[in-house]
Amino acid sequence: MNRINQTFTALRANHRKALIPFITAGDPDPELTVDLMHCLVEAGSDIIELGVPFSDPMADGPTIQRSSERALKHHVTLYGVFEMVAQFRSKNAHTPVVLMGYANPVEAMGHTIFAKKAQEAGVDGVLTVDYPPEECEQWVDCLGQHNMDAIFLLSPTTKLERIQQVARLAKGYVYYVSLKGVTGALHLDLQNIKAMLEKLRQSVSIPIGVGFGIRDGATARAVAELADAVVIGSRIIEEIESTPRNNVLNKVKTLVQSFRTAINENAPHSNLK
Amino acid sequence: MNVYDLPDKTGHFGPYGGVFVAETLISALDVLREQYEYYQNDAAFQKEFACELKHYVGRPSPIYHAKRWSEHLGGAQILLKREDLNHTGAHKINNTIGQALLARRMGKTRVIAETGAGQHGVASATVAARYGMQCVVYMGAEDVRRQATNVYRMKLLGAEVVPVESGSRTLKDALNEAMRDWVTHVEDTFYIIGTVAGPHPYPMMVRDFQTIIGKEAKIQMLEEYGRQPDALIACVGGGSNAIGLFYPYIDDDNVKMIGVEAAGKGLDTHQHAATLTTGRPGVLHGNRTYLIQDDNGQIIETHSISAGLDYPGVGPEHAWLKDIHRAEYVGITDDEALEAFHALCRFEGIMPALESSHALAYAAKYAPTLAKDKLLLVNLSGRGDKDMATVAQMSGITF
Repeated sequence: MNRINQTFTALRANHRKALIPFITAGDPDPELTVDLMHCLVEAGSDIIELGVPFSDPMADGPTIQRSSERALKHHVTLYGVFEMVAQFRSKNAHTPVVLMGYANPVEAMGHTIFAKKAQEAGVDGVLTVDYPPEECEQWVDCLGQHNMDAIFLLSPTTKLERIQQVARLAKGYVYYVSLKGVTGALHLDLQNIKAMLEKLRQSVSIPIGVGFGIRDGATARAVAELADAVVIGSRIIEEIESTPRNNVLNKVKTLVQSFRTAINENAPHSNLK
Repeated sequence: MNVYDLPDKTGHFGPYGGVFVAETLISALDVLREQYEYYQNDAAFQKEFACELKHYVGRPSPIYHAKRWSEHLGGAQILLKREDLNHTGAHKINNTIGQALLARRMGKTRVIAETGAGQHGVASATVAARYGMQCVVYMGAEDVRRQATNVYRMKLLGAEVVPVESGSRTLKDALNEAMRDWVTHVEDTFYIIGTVAGPHPYPMMVRDFQTIIGKEAKIQMLEEYGRQPDALIACVGGGSNAIGLFYPYIDDDNVKMIGVEAAGKGLDTHQHAATLTTGRPGVLHGNRTYLIQDDNGQIIETHSISAGLDYPGVGPEHAWLKDIHRAEYVGITDDEALEAFHALCRFEGIMPALESSHALAYAAKYAPTLAKDKLLLVNLSGRGDKDMATVAQMSGITF
């Protein structure tokens, strides 16, 4: 059993929901990334999504695009990202790391080399944003052969047939994009999320994480009541962006702790619509 | 004889094309594909499209024999397909009319577009005004600065122009931003892509709307010259004017097809946009195609004197035509294009767009190597009025 499955099994046994933060590798600079990863774990994160910077992050909003640009200014490459993960692994053997990025850097390296190097570094799952299931069966096999999970996105507009297709290919967890639009957008409709998760669960047997648009503890808590995992991205990146470098670790830790506390609270009534 | 019938059902031209987008866009693309597949074969839709092209755009565009220039060059005869005579001054309008008609039938009230130099933005703003739709054009902040006249033109036509500050602040970033707008406002919004790139069905749909160029040419050539040309020459940025001319000729093996890319300051520099000549296959903007990228798969900023060719990708169908050796792709530098620009002004009294000047420059190199009875059909994809400031600047002239 790989680290992602182990993590969800342990969480279920403790009746807890997973907190999955997203940061971009190399943002604000490559030297801080590994420390940030440890800091996320200390603050109560269960899985880390590590963004691989790309020059044209079409599915992301301006916040994550800017983080990608900051990382690319430091010439962060996939090899650099693997090094960061390996460094993190040397002190942390249990927290799953999922790489999230776009197809082109992966293709430039080559699927097989990527899978081999990622596995060696200690990567547990890969989400390639612009590889929909139709275009990547070979890629999913390649990841599987190297004991890594292919993580897929599902959206409010995904039709049943595709949900079933993704359910066949996806491993680890699926990532439900909780609103139409790009990362970092503003409004969430919890009733819709609830209805959609019920629909997804009829086909998807692995855990479902929800992300896009979760910006505060109350929303995180409300989403945690419905989903198996809560993904926080843009809000953390904003904290990194707006904080002087020497205080980034503290501020991110405090922020992520607040999400952890909120998710753990048992609050069936939410004032969100 | 083989009949060319690509793309396949899933939008692939060999290994190229496809649908490489995040899940959030899939359903919008599915709907678009279904709707287009329906209207593609709908007689009423095709009739309205043809009628708009005739009465609003002014088609068919003539084929003009550049006799004096051909004589000066001393080889093959150069014929020009006059897309520069279209309403708004370029081939772009063929496609924006097609997509706007589709948008109307799909009940969309708002259209968005990306633009580099502003030509596709102007063509989109034009049809939005024509059909009473709201129009938002995304344009790199750098391009907004460089193309102030076109920005004003779009505003006069009632469009909102949004400067894009992210990335390299050029066309590719405008495309990213337009995609983001679309995924957020998909209920009421239609995204008019300006070239034969992007996720399926765009490369096929834009091609289909542009094939009017080649279809007309086939008829006109027979009528006026009694035969088809020996070669077709067209500039390639994303490649919509080129594929529009090439496509009806793909099965005619005797007609050579030559795509001309922007070699900028030279193919041995990093300042060019010659994607097919120097790039490698990869995935960008929803399709697999040749890309100008670094060793790590990051997209590199391109350069061309002509903003319309300044793009790090290329339509997937061109990638396929290159690989199967059906079309040949060559590079023309800024200086060579500029020389052809001046030549056409002086010999024929026609001011070509700098994009089209690349195709003309290659024709000027190629024609003298051929006998005088050979016919080269060059797609004069746009007129050069928009480029006067650039040309003046290159010549050291200020107004």
